[in-house]
Amino acid sequence: MTAYRTDVVVIGGGAAGLAAAAVAANAGQETLLVERETAPGGVLEQCIHPGFGVHRYNAELTGPEFAARLVDELDTSGAKVLTRRTVLAIDRTTGAVETVGPEGRRTINAQTVVITTGARERPFGALRIPGPRPAGIFTAGLAQKLVNLHNLLPGHRALILGSGDIGLIMARRLHLEGVEVVGVLELKPFPGGLTRNVVQCLDDFGIPLHLSRTVTAVHGTDRLTGVTTAAVDEAGRPIPGTEQEFTVDTLILSVGLIPEAELVNQFVAIDPINRGPRVDSKWQTNVPWLFAAGNGVAVFDLVDVVAAAGAAAGQFAAQFADGDRTSRPEIPLIRGDNVTHLVPTALDPSVATTVHLRVPRPMERAQVRIGNGIVSRRFIGVRPAEMVEMEIPLEAMADLARLPEVKVEVIAV
Amino acid sequence: MNEVKLTCISCPVGCQITVRMDGDEIVAITGNSCPRGAAYARQEVIAPHRVIATSVKVEGGALPLVSVKTDKPIPKHLIPQLMELVKSLSISAPIAIGQVVAHNILGTGANLVATRQVGIQSDES
Repeated sequence: MTAYRTDVVVIGGGAAGLAAAAVAANAGQETLLVERETAPGGVLEQCIHPGFGVHRYNAELTGPEFAARLVDELDTSGAKVLTRRTVLAIDRTTGAVETVGPEGRRTINAQTVVITTGARERPFGALRIPGPRPAGIFTAGLAQKLVNLHNLLPGHRALILGSGDIGLIMARRLHLEGVEVVGVLELKPFPGGLTRNVVQCLDDFGIPLHLSRTVTAVHGTDRLTGVTTAAVDEAGRPIPGTEQEFTVDTLILSVGLIPEAELVNQFVAIDPINRGPRVDSKWQTNVPWLFAAGNGVAVFDLVDVVAAAGAAAGQFAAQFADGDRTSRPEIPLIRGDNVTHLVPTALDPSVATTVHLRVPRPMERAQVRIGNGIVSRRFIGVRPAEMVEMEIPLEAMADLARLPEVKVEVIAV
Repeated sequence: MNEVKLTCISCPVGCQITVRMDGDEIVAITGNSCPRGAAYARQEVIAPHRVIATSVKVEGGALPLVSVKTDKPIPKHLIPQLMELVKSLSISAPIAIGQVVAHNILGTGANLVATRQVGIQSDES
């Protein structure tokens, strides 16, 4: 079996991985990017709508255009890319990366491994809706791939469960391609995605949005014939007597993304709320030679932020590969009120750190307090769909470093 | 006098904009955080326009479709006709990112441009 020896190996060639590999190579480290598809780009390749790159490129690009820029940057950097190659396992002791592809099995031995494997969609099975399992039920990302990459329609008459951005985007896409989109259901009493998307994906086309509703049953033997929906209470529980039937042959699910952590979840500390590896200010996991960034750590909302995270991880991974093994005492970052997703979960006081967090409900006026107010900042209109980003400057680190742990909380003001 | 409330879609922020109108005349625009928002609001109350992204069939390419977008917003009411037009189009590989797939669609002055490159179909793909 052939083995590659390199300084930095990056697993997953989406936005985070492309940026990480380019930065590591530019820092002088021999870098290998492993990608399972025929070309890098990740989910960006199927996100053909504009809205990406406002921060990173000061332009409003479609997903493929954003990916093309990252690929150009990668090509310039000199990093090597292995495509059509899937990582099977990472050895927890030796760090050896086992892969398989058309040319056969290959082992990659590197000083440092960067995990940028992105996220997967929550599948229909996870919803535990009892009843038959007919064809015609698709997650939104899969439907997007079928329509945008394979020229296939999932069906003719669709209901969408979940009003996150993916569900909203697919409502528009399917409608434009001639599918009758009868409505979008949302479990919560507020839309899951950006208001902008509710306007340009639903309002523009008269597609109704039903809040506080969910699917309670699906019908059909070989093919979906319809679904039963019900109103839900504040806890998301269906209210008996509120059932409505929809005659559809297609159910599209936009019910959450989960970081893809299969390769590391047996030996790396995983954050139970983010559902990805716990990382510090340097995107380093509790395994010193293993870094992680992007949607593989926690689900982000802006690809510009994902690319920046990947770039930072690439920089610190390159330093580690170069021999920088200094390890400074780190302070745990813990969740206070109104914080769900939180990245990082440990602070390295020698590194200026951006904290990324999500709130569980919309808050008109909010104050994010870090370390009981050592750093605090007010925000207008925070919502679960939009990650809140907050810088911790180096000047604040001395005070924060005196605490045994640093609480991150969001207060309504 | 009446007030039209709308959400700007120019960028992900989605400012809530209020347009005060006297009949057909715009009197005031408030709530925008940048000039693009004011421009969007003005256009939106007069004649809404949208950028449309979709796919066009490819002949002889490594991929069956090329993703495209209108290079400027087009009148919203033309969207159904645009989609009919797109269904009738096909373009031969190789295709470069930014390449014009259809010029001056429906007389709007907007072009349909490729948003990715597509290579020629090889025996491997």
